[in-house]
Amino acid sequence: MSAFPHRHLLGIHDLSPFDIRAVLDLAEDYARLNQSHDKHADALRGLTQINLFFENSTRTQASFEIAGKRLGADVMNMSVGTSSVRKGETLIDTAATLNAMRPDLLVVRHHNSGAVALLSEKVNCAVLNAGDGRHEHPTQALLDALTIRRHKGRIQKLTIAICGDIANSRVARSNMLCLGKMENRVRVIAPPTLLPAGIDRFGVEVFTEMEEGLKDCDVVMMLRIQNERLEGQAVPSTREYFHRYGLTEDKLALARPDAIVMHPGPMNRGVEIDPAVADCERSVIREQVEMGVAVRMAAMDLLARNLRAERMA
Amino acid sequence: MNLTFVNARLIDPLSGQDGPGALRVVDGAIADVAFGHAPEPGDGAVIDCGAKVLAPGIVDMRVFVGEPGARHRESYRSAGAAAAAGGVTTFVAQPDTNPPLDDPALVQFALARAREAAPVRVHAMGALTKGLRGTEMTEQRFLLDAGAIALTDADHTIESAKVMRAVMLYATSTGALVVHHPQEPTLSRGTCATSGEFASRLGLPSVGPVAERIALARDLMLAQNTGARYHADMVTTATGLDPLRRAKEAGVGATAGVSIHHLTLNEFDIADYRSFFKFDPPLRSEDDRQAAVEAVASGLIDVIVSSHEPWDEEAKRLPFEEAAPGAVGLETFLPACMRLVHGGQLSLVQLFRAASLRPSEILGLPSGRLTRGAPADLVLFDPNAPFLLDRERLASRSKNTPFDRHRMEGRVIGTWVAGDRVFGGSDAA
Repeated sequence: MSAFPHRHLLGIHDLSPFDIRAVLDLAEDYARLNQSHDKHADALRGLTQINLFFENSTRTQASFEIAGKRLGADVMNMSVGTSSVRKGETLIDTAATLNAMRPDLLVVRHHNSGAVALLSEKVNCAVLNAGDGRHEHPTQALLDALTIRRHKGRIQKLTIAICGDIANSRVARSNMLCLGKMENRVRVIAPPTLLPAGIDRFGVEVFTEMEEGLKDCDVVMMLRIQNERLEGQAVPSTREYFHRYGLTEDKLALARPDAIVMHPGPMNRGVEIDPAVADCERSVIREQVEMGVAVRMAAMDLLARNLRAERMA
Repeated sequence: MNLTFVNARLIDPLSGQDGPGALRVVDGAIADVAFGHAPEPGDGAVIDCGAKVLAPGIVDMRVFVGEPGARHRESYRSAGAAAAAGGVTTFVAQPDTNPPLDDPALVQFALARAREAAPVRVHAMGALTKGLRGTEMTEQRFLLDAGAIALTDADHTIESAKVMRAVMLYATSTGALVVHHPQEPTLSRGTCATSGEFASRLGLPSVGPVAERIALARDLMLAQNTGARYHADMVTTATGLDPLRRAKEAGVGATAGVSIHHLTLNEFDIADYRSFFKFDPPLRSEDDRQAAVEAVASGLIDVIVSSHEPWDEEAKRLPFEEAAPGAVGLETFLPACMRLVHGGQLSLVQLFRAASLRPSEILGLPSGRLTRGAPADLVLFDPNAPFLLDRERLASRSKNTPFDRHRMEGRVIGTWVAGDRVFGGSDAA
């Protein structure tokens, strides 16, 4: 029995608390490796990793690329701008084409919820979801969990507020699942127009006033809000949003004195977060990026072990 | 050809009778219906129904056929074969073809193709607005003269209340039945699921039942205001039923339908993004499904339709948000309805009132009843015969059924149109 009994990493939904711990523990080792002088390991040696991004992302793609290279994989990036998907090829044809090149790890981001799972049914390799629509972004939730654990010494029985565009955020969904599975008290804070329908049944506490939601929190997790939603579609204006939901020093003072501040990036300074807070000593935003590489190394390593075991059998 | 059906369980939704009897067909029409005793013996073949159900053939008000423009999805030949196999003796083709049926010549073309190729009766609806764009009304008089049985923009909702009012007001002078898809478009556009916990967990863009209520309430007010004959093609939510009930109580000439898929499936059937379960309107909550079934039983919802939407594999092998909505339904109509009968939610009389009688009445057709003089459009079926549905064996050119590999009960033994057998062997005496 594998320590991580999964073919793919499609979402936190499929993981048990034990699986989550397995990723975090291995990622801790890789975090140490990444801080050393020689950053090379050979867990993925001989394997081919393709990063297939239907949606542009500099940061996540770079993180997966570095993670793969540090583990010795041959990494190839394919972004939608240069692919034939623009020429009308369907997702499934793209999957079949890539599959014929015999990759071992396929890292996929797609703008439609469920698209990565659909693709995973059509290929023989391990698929990692790097974000699908508004659905899930599992490695982000895992790197957030690792960052929290490193600062709080545990990843349970914490009060964690997620604040911002909950309705449209896959980061929020994966984090609600992950932090909930690890038995934390999860709060979401957003204007009603940025809360998904049925949020009252997600097992989280819901706040529309940020001051109330931040009270006594151990962790404050801010989300990025897209500009078009700030122009009257969901929120009247940037300045009113910042006034009500932007994280300032005053609002942060309502959380516990040792509360940490997180953001998945890229940040809109002065929109959802005051630059002074983003750069303050309680901010762990840079460390999240660092843990991102470690978590992705761990996730790919675990999937590659299963892949090898399957091929040996 | 003259025929006598004996040893049948007859269902007549007009008289509300369900019982053993016999039925005699002369010159394509029902000549005698005998509940409880044998009819006068006559010439022609005698069909022993083996105590199975003989009912008026289904009249399906909402069927897409890809002529013109999309014969790879469904032709009149394949749709006709599917209808006959499903016990559907009359269907009404929708105008959202390519080009749409917004011109009298196109209506004539579609009807001519149907006459050549389909063994069942086929009618077509013309478009309500040019190009189904919702901005300019079509030539209602010419479309009706060309044979259109009603007017609709299919699954396009007319956004402008002003256009809708003009279309309905003008229709009072042409006599056209105005059929509309009441889903408020500014709320519905870009969505593919019903909002709630489930859609939110899947991360699918969603719309609440309120979009249906808003559009339906507007339409019903305009129907009252103009006096037009109005039919809502699909009402699928409990909240949408409120304005419908009130309008009917106020005597507004309005009727409504619902698809068999909305009566037998709910939002959870989408499961992990199964595109064969994508519909417009989207599948609803279980509470809404139950409310719609009850409304069919009470008659508040008049009509059940298959909402037959054939799609090739490519249109469905896509991420859920991008996949085409709809499913084939002609052949699965009756066995799917039988789930509700076997579940004790509908009687066979109620079923055939909604599947045969009411659509005939709304469209002004003489079918849908077992009465002397009515056309001998009949379905004979075994309500209890179990089978495992294999989508590859459907007569439809497209195989996008949500019931693939489902256990179904209710098998069509024979279908007759004007006394001619169009499915299930021959009646040679």
